[in-house]
Amino acid sequence: MSEEPKVDRLIDARNTFCPGPLMELIRAIKEAKVGEVIGVLSSDTGSKRDIPLWTSKAGHKLIGIYEKAGYAEIVVQKIK
Amino acid sequence: MSKKIVIVGGGPAGTIVANLLTKKLKKEEASVTVIDKTGRHVYEPGLLYVTLSDQDPKGIVKDEKDILNKKVRLIVDEATKIDTKRKMVEMKSGNRFDYDYLIIATGARLCPEEVPGLKEAAYHFYTVDEALKLKDALEKFDKGKIVIGVGGVPYKCPPAPAEIACFLDYKLRKRKTRDKVEIHYLSPLPRIFPIESVDPIVNKIFEKEGIKYTTFFNVESVDPKRKEVHSLEGETIGYDLLILIPPHRGSKVIEDSGLGDRGGWVPTDRYTLKVKGYDDVYAIGDATDLPISKSGAAAHYEAKVVANNIASEIKGIESRDKYNGKVVCLCDAGNKAIYMIILQSPLVPDGSIVC
Repeated sequence: MSEEPKVDRLIDARNTFCPGPLMELIRAIKEAKVGEVIGVLSSDTGSKRDIPLWTSKAGHKLIGIYEKAGYAEIVVQKIK
Repeated sequence: MSKKIVIVGGGPAGTIVANLLTKKLKKEEASVTVIDKTGRHVYEPGLLYVTLSDQDPKGIVKDEKDILNKKVRLIVDEATKIDTKRKMVEMKSGNRFDYDYLIIATGARLCPEEVPGLKEAAYHFYTVDEALKLKDALEKFDKGKIVIGVGGVPYKCPPAPAEIACFLDYKLRKRKTRDKVEIHYLSPLPRIFPIESVDPIVNKIFEKEGIKYTTFFNVESVDPKRKEVHSLEGETIGYDLLILIPPHRGSKVIEDSGLGDRGGWVPTDRYTLKVKGYDDVYAIGDATDLPISKSGAAAHYEAKVVANNIASEIKGIESRDKYNGKVVCLCDAGNKAIYMIILQSPLVPDGSIVC
């Protein structure tokens, strides 16, 4: 696995379901400046499917999904 | 010496924590003061019924003094600055209150101006006045397309927009105008309901009742002239009547005091509910940056933890409670056989959802 990127903002959304990790990411992306990198910690396995889908649809960049013990760190860069 | 506990905000969070503290602590142990800018307490879940049912707004608005324990001192004034160095809250009137413990319960603020076109084009039901305006508009609306969505995340009560879509369907069927009205729901997520395990239940109702929906639709702007909503994902949806929950931010006093993050939410420890970096300042309810639903139910459970911990500290008891992320949520779809969903979303490891 490549070296993990540095993030400008890290959101710990582990073990949360409502509104959930994707909603937390959308909020952070809206608040971020173009070029900033957001990391989301999620223990919800659905996030590994939903976050890349949304990132692609919204035109941002999925930098990577990094597996940890019991959760994943999903890293996204704001592109526009 | 008696400790001074100051609570900023008289919503569910501030009211519950104040009442619990006065039950747990004697007068000689602590004084409890609630600062609230209106002095009126609105039971916000009732706004759905003001909009679509015969709920009289008077029944969901009470004087804050009537629901606070008599031992709580209520100050009806606006907090304009929280000075954590001098341990003091400054008021619009010029008065100041110093504290030994501060509880921030300042809630969320509706900011329709953050989405271009939203304020002039969209209805919502998150205040009494707006709920009454929407009620009036819906009563006159007998054909066309109603679009329902949220103007931004986070927002209070995540199920509320899906709730009003179902409730509206029920109402229109009762009025026998449902066949002339299209209901179109916009979800910011890849599904209708925020919680994946609950989504199939809500999806089934949408399919059965013919409520249309578009997923991954995060509102970017509204064009009132063309009657169109644009998403940041690049889609456009037309409407005849638009219901959009305005974007939310943290309270102005939080932003003016430099205590909030970019959204004005207070960085809060998810277990102790202390504001990060402080030992004598707590935050509860919608004001926090915690990744849980902004709802009175979350505030209720958080208030218990903070009241217990402050009371224990004052009494010299060592044990401390931790907030476990509990939230209970009831949803009313307005069907003849009203359905309800109860869920809990623990923040603690190995948490599970109970439906």
